[in-house]
Amino acid sequence: MQGIMPNLTINGRAHSVDATNDTPLLWVIREQLQMTGTKFGCGVGLCGACTVHVDGVAVRSCSTTVGDVAGKKITTIEGLSPKGEHALQAAWIAEQTPQCGYCQSGQIMQAATLLAKNSNPSREEIIAHMDGNLCRCMTYPRIVKAIQRAAADLRASNESAGVRRG
Amino acid sequence: MTKHQKIAAGDRIDLSRRSFVVGSSAAGLACAFAPSLAFADAQGSATFEPSVWYSIAPNGIVTVNVGKADMGQHVASTMAQLVAEELGASWSDMRVHLMGNDPKYNDPALGAIITGGSWSTKMNFDAMSRAGAAGRIALMDAAASMMGVPANELVVRDSTVSHPKSGKSKSFAEIVRSGKSARSFTADEMKAITLKTPDQYVYIGQDLPQIDIPAKTNGSAKYGIDLMLPGMLYGKLVMPPVRYGAKVTSVDDSEAKKVHGFVKAVVIDDKTGTTTGWVLAVANTYFNAMKAAKALKVTWDKGPNAAESSDTLLAEARRAQADASGGLFFVKQGDAAAGMKDMPTVLDAEYTTSINIHAPMEPMNATAEFKDGVLHLYTGNQFATRTTGIAAGATGLDPKLIVMHQFWLGGGFGRRLDSDMVIPAALAARELGKPVKVIYSREDDMTFDFTRPLTYQKVKAALDANGKLVAMEHDVVSAWPTARWGIPAFLTPSVDKKGSLDGFAMNGSDHWYTVPNHQVRAILNEKAQAATPSGQLRSVAPGWTFWAVESMIDELAHAAGKDPLDFRLALLDGAGANAGGAQRLRNALLAAAGLAGYGTKKLPKGEAHGVACVSSQERGAGSWTACVAQVAVSPEGAIKVKRLTIAADVGTAVNPDGVRAQVTGAAAWGMSLALFEKAVLKDGAIQQTNFHMYKPMRMSQMPEIDVAVISNGEPAAGCGEPAVTVVAPAIANAIYNAAGARVRALPITPEAVKAAMKA
Repeated sequence: MQGIMPNLTINGRAHSVDATNDTPLLWVIREQLQMTGTKFGCGVGLCGACTVHVDGVAVRSCSTTVGDVAGKKITTIEGLSPKGEHALQAAWIAEQTPQCGYCQSGQIMQAATLLAKNSNPSREEIIAHMDGNLCRCMTYPRIVKAIQRAAADLRASNESAGVRRG
Repeated sequence: MTKHQKIAAGDRIDLSRRSFVVGSSAAGLACAFAPSLAFADAQGSATFEPSVWYSIAPNGIVTVNVGKADMGQHVASTMAQLVAEELGASWSDMRVHLMGNDPKYNDPALGAIITGGSWSTKMNFDAMSRAGAAGRIALMDAAASMMGVPANELVVRDSTVSHPKSGKSKSFAEIVRSGKSARSFTADEMKAITLKTPDQYVYIGQDLPQIDIPAKTNGSAKYGIDLMLPGMLYGKLVMPPVRYGAKVTSVDDSEAKKVHGFVKAVVIDDKTGTTTGWVLAVANTYFNAMKAAKALKVTWDKGPNAAESSDTLLAEARRAQADASGGLFFVKQGDAAAGMKDMPTVLDAEYTTSINIHAPMEPMNATAEFKDGVLHLYTGNQFATRTTGIAAGATGLDPKLIVMHQFWLGGGFGRRLDSDMVIPAALAARELGKPVKVIYSREDDMTFDFTRPLTYQKVKAALDANGKLVAMEHDVVSAWPTARWGIPAFLTPSVDKKGSLDGFAMNGSDHWYTVPNHQVRAILNEKAQAATPSGQLRSVAPGWTFWAVESMIDELAHAAGKDPLDFRLALLDGAGANAGGAQRLRNALLAAAGLAGYGTKKLPKGEAHGVACVSSQERGAGSWTACVAQVAVSPEGAIKVKRLTIAADVGTAVNPDGVRAQVTGAAAWGMSLALFEKAVLKDGAIQQTNFHMYKPMRMSQMPEIDVAVISNGEPAAGCGEPAVTVVAPAIANAIYNAAGARVRALPITPEAVKAAMKA
């Protein structure tokens, strides 16, 4: 016990963690909560492998302290969808996007915040939104295609939901 | 023909000769089809384990034991695809299990557990196919007796053995549950099995979904860094101020002791010499270990390399090259000096490449745990056999008491052929009596990489009066990454048998162009060898040798007043020892040229195509790649790569979509190395610490990449590396065609282009 036990809400569950407020969120998620889908890549916000959502915004968990996010709603790759069936995850499989896969949790989490606000992003908008996420296997072309596919799938399902509602 | 075929023969790897024998006899013995006792005990039921390479569970699930490291090339899935093809299993029944360092899973051709060289598919195709086929035969025999029908009337498909005449069938699961699947094959019987011909393939050549991918979309795929053990401690390294050769002189932990959770500062006394001057700060969490590492006050004797820099290494390379008596011959055909004499055109140029860093996204890490006298290592690694040896050397343990557990690799690119990460973990775990996970910070990972070495090449070549290439002298000066391993089997005798050289630092210079007088000299840069321990970076030597060869060939074409494509096609005449390969390379070049519209597509001013073509890792590796780069150059020298068109003849594409993914990624790597990636040594230390200084290509920098996979029924060959090597010269050649600027140093900078325009 290090004195302070911040309360974190991660993937809809409240956690009381044993860490000082200056501890990066990344290490608490990985080591204490043992949710290892969020990855350590650079430690200083240059690569995006550690991307999670804080109140719906994509942030680099390596450079975000637990003190910063106490009481906020945190989502990790494990919580993006209940069964890993988010349109992006399905598209990532359909396009056979990952190679080594290590950066892909971060890529998907980053992309999810784009689709949440823009259901029909242009190629340029995708690139501008994703450029901070490094992929050393350089799967970029398939990441772009997967985001476009997921956007199209989401639009189609929204339309059919609209039709049903209508 | 090739160095790797000699290795494939198994007589050159003394490291594991015994393992190789065990491995190859296992191919026969392990096909004893009685359910394996060990496995049956573990599973509590009669699992059918027809070979070391896979088992079939009573529910019909086929689990392939993969001895290859999967770093994103989906090789585990490829192995499963080969087994499934001959076994007749349904793809949805296939699973993979990553194996660690058990010699049972040695590469059947290489006799060691090693993944690299774009070797895996080529070297395992036959063994996996035969293992699959043997299982199918055994299942058919069992099914025949269960159903009372002749085995030769059976059909195997989708994990079911059926008898069309009677309409009877048995699933693999039913056959395995019956326990009747007992049959053994001798090694000779294994060899005698007739494998399918390509017209019979059901899976080979199909874009089957890669088995590893779903887990890589939801965070569930486990990498070495994800391993958690109860009571585990964390280690953060304190690295010395020079890359190699420092000694710790004092450690003051008084401030570190104030850090909550700090356990101990462990000075790494590495008897293997893999690491020097490392101190490990151990604490209860990684964040606390980071804090403690920062608080430690360590002093070092910087050792003999503290004054070295990229400049001193380059100067040493020039000095060594100028010494005509030095070096060893890698190629010597005809008489290059005599052939050059009195020729009307002699070109002489030097080509350089900078130090490059692997920087896989998963930083180096390893967890070590001692349990009942056995050292367990948990890490994603490309060379389990050597890593076991290094861990044994560092700890003094018998290698038999070391178990390595394999994971998905968060990038390999050759970095994980090295074993440094297990050393601090093992030594600290032993000293502290608890499991220890060591994680390199990105800064540790970059500044203590086993880098692609700085290279310097001098090429001199002569054209006769008809513009025909008659002589070429090529000196290659570099550190020798593979020689650093100290495994004699990985060295190559010079052509005149005067010594051993590192062929893996030379491959590619023995190219497929017909040159009557051709010599290549291998020269070790001893300063670079000492100061910058080098490693195998995706494509290894061809990443620098083809930079020189494909640039010089282009320069010669222009000097001869010929189109660079036509000039190459004429040189790829397949004469003598170039028979076969040269024609395939020629065809790949024609394919790429056609796809890109070379010579037909009108390009705007300041924009041009450039061509290059390469063989694979070793001369005879059987993979042929050509590239047409479309590049725009501004009057200020700014470079915009618009499109890379790649044609890759891989013989047989087991999974064409997987090949496309590999070739696309490799081409992007090639461009990244050509334009963006540069590391610099100063005061004995690598200066680039993180991704703000060492800059692999990002999404916004990607060009269009078109990949054509040529699968023409020749034997399956590798595809993960050649496209890395072909891109830089194609870009440089396009820059010349666009702006008349010849650049000869990698990475290519706008300043260099601008300067070359003036020259």
